[in-house]
Amino acid sequence: MIEIDGVSHAIGGQPILSDVTLRLPKGGVTALIGPNGAGKSTLLSLMARLQRLERGAIRFDGLDVARTPTDRLALKLAILRQETPIGTRLTLRDLVGFGRFPHHRGRPGPGDQEKVEEALALFDLQDLAHRFLDEVSGGQRQRALVAMTFAQDTDYLLLDEPLNNLDMAHARHLMRTLREVADSHGRTIVAVLHEVNYAAAHADRIVALKRGRLAFEGPPGEVLTDERLGALYGTPVTVREVDGHRVALHYA
Amino acid sequence: MQDSRLLALAAALLVLCAAFLTLGAQGDWGFILTWRGARLAALLVVGTAVAVATVLFQTVSSNRILTPSVMGFDALFVLLQTGLVFSLGGVGAAALPATARFALEGGLLMGAGLLLFGTLLGSRRPDLHRMVLTGLILGVLFRSLAGFLQRLIDPNDFVVAQASSFASFGAVDTELLGLAALLSAAAAAGAWVMRHRLDVLALGRDTAVGLGLDHRRAVLLVLVLVAALVSVSTALVGPVTFFGLLVTALAHRLMRTHRHALLLPAAALIAGITLVGGQIVVERLLGLTATLGVVVEFLGGLAFLLLVLKEPQR
Repeated sequence: MIEIDGVSHAIGGQPILSDVTLRLPKGGVTALIGPNGAGKSTLLSLMARLQRLERGAIRFDGLDVARTPTDRLALKLAILRQETPIGTRLTLRDLVGFGRFPHHRGRPGPGDQEKVEEALALFDLQDLAHRFLDEVSGGQRQRALVAMTFAQDTDYLLLDEPLNNLDMAHARHLMRTLREVADSHGRTIVAVLHEVNYAAAHADRIVALKRGRLAFEGPPGEVLTDERLGALYGTPVTVREVDGHRVALHYA
Repeated sequence: MQDSRLLALAAALLVLCAAFLTLGAQGDWGFILTWRGARLAALLVVGTAVAVATVLFQTVSSNRILTPSVMGFDALFVLLQTGLVFSLGGVGAAALPATARFALEGGLLMGAGLLLFGTLLGSRRPDLHRMVLTGLILGVLFRSLAGFLQRLIDPNDFVVAQASSFASFGAVDTELLGLAALLSAAAAAGAWVMRHRLDVLALGRDTAVGLGLDHRRAVLLVLVLVAALVSVSTALVGPVTFFGLLVTALAHRLMRTHRHALLLPAAALIAGITLVGGQIVVERLLGLTATLGVVVEFLGGLAFLLLVLKEPQR
């Protein structure tokens, strides 16, 4: 379980998060949604100890992110950020291989190679594995980065906008793969999703942030309504039920 | 395949070293070998120091165009040298054994380097432009301060200070060679021990932290090593601006890898080849009409221009 207690964060005097308290049970896919500037990425980076917690506490299965050594945390949680490794001569296989670093600390064994191949297969990258990072498209790079977090073999995967740069087909495939990762591999996934419909179709629970505060949380079937989403994003939204999923119409 | 390239580089270096020691030798072999041996050792030590320092610095700053000297590291060392003469006086500074002076200056450089660059490089999102600007301005500041101190120094003392800031490849201070070689070897060994962490460091701060690397500690360690290596090269041959860039550019081109286990030895070998080969060319072919420093900096400057002008790599 992820325990987030009274987390507040300010950047340069500007409050980004105000007193956020959440309990995220183990297992399944949780989608973090909200308008721009709501603090979703900040919350995720605080959870992943990429920024220092100033106020409040965050615990993963009892491990306090502020107090637990960073290498121990790297075995418990993996984070996908928007930063791409630049300028290094890395193949996709090399990149995914780095996901094993917390386990082998520089000396990979056969078990590690297996995990890398598993990750490459799961994310459909085997044909591209030998190509260099700067030779593949943005979407392929994105999938490789997600594969790297998967290869890290952690209970928790924190993904900041994993669907960026992905076309329709790849976005759907990635969400389905994340579902499989959660269901068959028993991992817990927390993903910041920009497009609420992917959350509606694949997430077990939704956590909505607005202006640094928790707006609402719960299963999609319950919390995705015209009023709630309209108030959250500040624009009229019509929610329909299509083929058993909620769909938010906010395009016209 | 990459290992064979390393072997080829090592073989080339061995051949050049043998040539350096034996070409055009007339007279007492004992004297020649000792004399040339010391100069060869100095070239190799400086080459290794500059190569490893530049590779380390580029990894920690995620940039292939920066070198410790662009950031003002060696200007800071010269300032420390001048400052020492200024505060102790020429007699006082000359009274200190060269090794003690070197150790003091090196230690101060490590401390100052950590202070200045530790904050810049350890922070959340190291703004490249701010870093480069800061480094350039600091470099100007240190050089100006050193120049100012030199004007204030008693002309007798000034000679002592001048000797240290005008060191060159041709006039290597062999008194320091023993200590410098030791320090160089220790720092290079430190870099070797860190080679896996360096690979992760090169991925960028967020990715490195996500993979469980103690980023801040790793950056500080690297800066200590860089400071030690810059002390060595600056104390032996003075400020060298572009040479490191040439060496790392060639090493990356040749080895085509992200792994420091290959890059570090390759860079050191290429540096050795360039310096020893260059000195042979300067002595035998150019008849000492040019100096090694000029040739090496010229080639390095060209490398810098080429790097700046070509397509930005992703």
